[in-house]
Amino acid sequence: MSYFVDENGYYGKFGGAYIPEMLYPNVEELRQNYLKIMQEESFKKEFDSLLKEYVGRPTPLYFAKRLSEKYNTKIYLKREDLCHTGAHKVNNTIGQILMAKKLGKNRIIAETGAGQHGVATATVCALMGMECIVYMGEIDIARQAPNVARMKMLGATVVPALSGSRTLKDATNEAIRDWINNPVDTHYIIGSVVGPHPYPDMVARFQSVISEEIKWQLMEKEGKENPDYVIACVGGGSNAAGAFYHYLDEKEVGLIAVEAAGLGVDSGESAATSVLGNEGVIHGSKTLLMQTKDGQITEPYSISAGLDYPGVGPLHAHLCESKRAEFVSITDDEAMQAGLELSELEGIIPAIESSHALAIFKTKNFKKEDVIVLNLSGRGDKDLDTYIKYFKL
Amino acid sequence: MNRINQKLQEDKKLLSIYFTAGYPQLNDTVSVIQNLENSGVDFIEIGLPFSDPLADGPTIQASSTTALDNGMTSEVLFSQLKDIRKTVTIPLIIMGYFNPIMQYGVEAFCKKCAEIGIDGLIIPDLPVLDYNENYKAIFEKYGLINVFLITPQTSEERIRFIDSISNGFIYMVSSAGVTGAKNSFGNAQKDYFNRIAEMNLKVPQVIGFGISNAATFQMATSKAKGAIIGSAFVKYLTENGVNSISKFITEIR
Repeated sequence: MSYFVDENGYYGKFGGAYIPEMLYPNVEELRQNYLKIMQEESFKKEFDSLLKEYVGRPTPLYFAKRLSEKYNTKIYLKREDLCHTGAHKVNNTIGQILMAKKLGKNRIIAETGAGQHGVATATVCALMGMECIVYMGEIDIARQAPNVARMKMLGATVVPALSGSRTLKDATNEAIRDWINNPVDTHYIIGSVVGPHPYPDMVARFQSVISEEIKWQLMEKEGKENPDYVIACVGGGSNAAGAFYHYLDEKEVGLIAVEAAGLGVDSGESAATSVLGNEGVIHGSKTLLMQTKDGQITEPYSISAGLDYPGVGPLHAHLCESKRAEFVSITDDEAMQAGLELSELEGIIPAIESSHALAIFKTKNFKKEDVIVLNLSGRGDKDLDTYIKYFKL
Repeated sequence: MNRINQKLQEDKKLLSIYFTAGYPQLNDTVSVIQNLENSGVDFIEIGLPFSDPLADGPTIQASSTTALDNGMTSEVLFSQLKDIRKTVTIPLIIMGYFNPIMQYGVEAFCKKCAEIGIDGLIIPDLPVLDYNENYKAIFEKYGLINVFLITPQTSEERIRFIDSISNGFIYMVSSAGVTGAKNSFGNAQKDYFNRIAEMNLKVPQVIGFGISNAATFQMATSKAKGAIIGSAFVKYLTENGVNSISKFITEIR
């Protein structure tokens, strides 16, 4: 079985491009060109150089000694939290802005939930001197004020999404509508491995630098490329896609995807798509999504805005259905405690998204000799407010 | 012969109206349809509301949200339309996004449409090739016409292909953009209308998106067989209610 996208844009039965005709020329232009452009020497050189000099790659693969002692196993943290702008998101926005330039686009649009992808997009637009419009749900704008301010400082226009539930899924709808309205000069930088083909594959390839580095870094530290497990949180799934990418065909490597259970999988306030979702079409892709019996997309809930998405990317739907990856759900409370624990044991305050992945050690037992790589996708600065309220700091 | 094909043979410019099922009130669906037929509309698109209508502007989004809040579902719509053919004779098309239809089951959905007397479907986010490979046979089995969209950006080659697999009409999206009323068309639209007219396609074309009044209707139908009004009608319905429908239609013609 292949875990990579096929020539028609599918991962098993998931994927494809379920888009209105108005988007067809844009998506088709990208589909025909993305691999060719990514393979150009000049593109690779500029991408690699920006990742090194601007983003600060390679990010360390850090052996978390005290955390390992506590759980009696061997835990490495892939420090994506040390990327410029504070999370792995920038790997993708660097790649896509270079792609946009190659395609001759001069106007960039993006959606954002918590604001991390919006900031990462605004950052690269500032770097390249391109116009940047970020769609963000009206409710998210109110609860993520510091990131809104960051985007504004970086010169982006933040447009409130006023439709539907006024959160991430509606911001994505608005960005897609903008693209329909501006088909010629605009590139849409999607922030996760979601959307119509070729986005899930393109974003996964840009993020695959994460597992590329893990391989040689682990070789240096452990004398082998393959850990026993790679663990990552999944909202749409871009950091997990990057951390899993070069291990998809390495059967001996266990892949664990951690979703947000919110207040609990059965509480009605959850974002655990693998448990609560079923096959459907969202944002141009056939995948697993949370919906009513009648096919209306429902609102997810998680304390972490980055995991608060009603679907997963089609690659993850395929990994889940084929059982290549184990999907685990972690509640708000479990994640918050895990975030605090990492802060106290290792001096690293993680993003609440990454805290979900860290909570795995409380729910799953690993062997002493297991080598585990956990993708620490982002840092907790943006979540300080939530931590303060939760722990009454 | 399908009612849509019969209607397309009539020697006149066709006026079609889109409205959202279950809007303004849940049980307005049938009376909106009857009022539209009595006002002289040639065919109707019944919008099956969806939570995330990507191709629609604010007016139709808002009507969809209201209709869903009112309790509209595929099941409810089918039960409302159960006896529609006892009173209505003009062609009826259901326009909806793919996910609700997929959840109902594409074949079950088509079967139900055929039982009720629906003549065709417009599913804007169902890819042309996916339809051709996976669903065409089902549509044909139930005598349903699938209507494809083209836009000013659609290549000539792709238009020819869409024409070749169409059996009713082609829905010409007037300009790059989501649904929403405009007051006039510019030169770019006129050029596009002329370009398509000169292609001598197999099936007739009906223009939609941005048609709102007598002027835009006439302009659109100067080259095409008909035109579809959606957002402007939904807005009118919001402001004036079901009983004033005939006034809106009279002013278009």
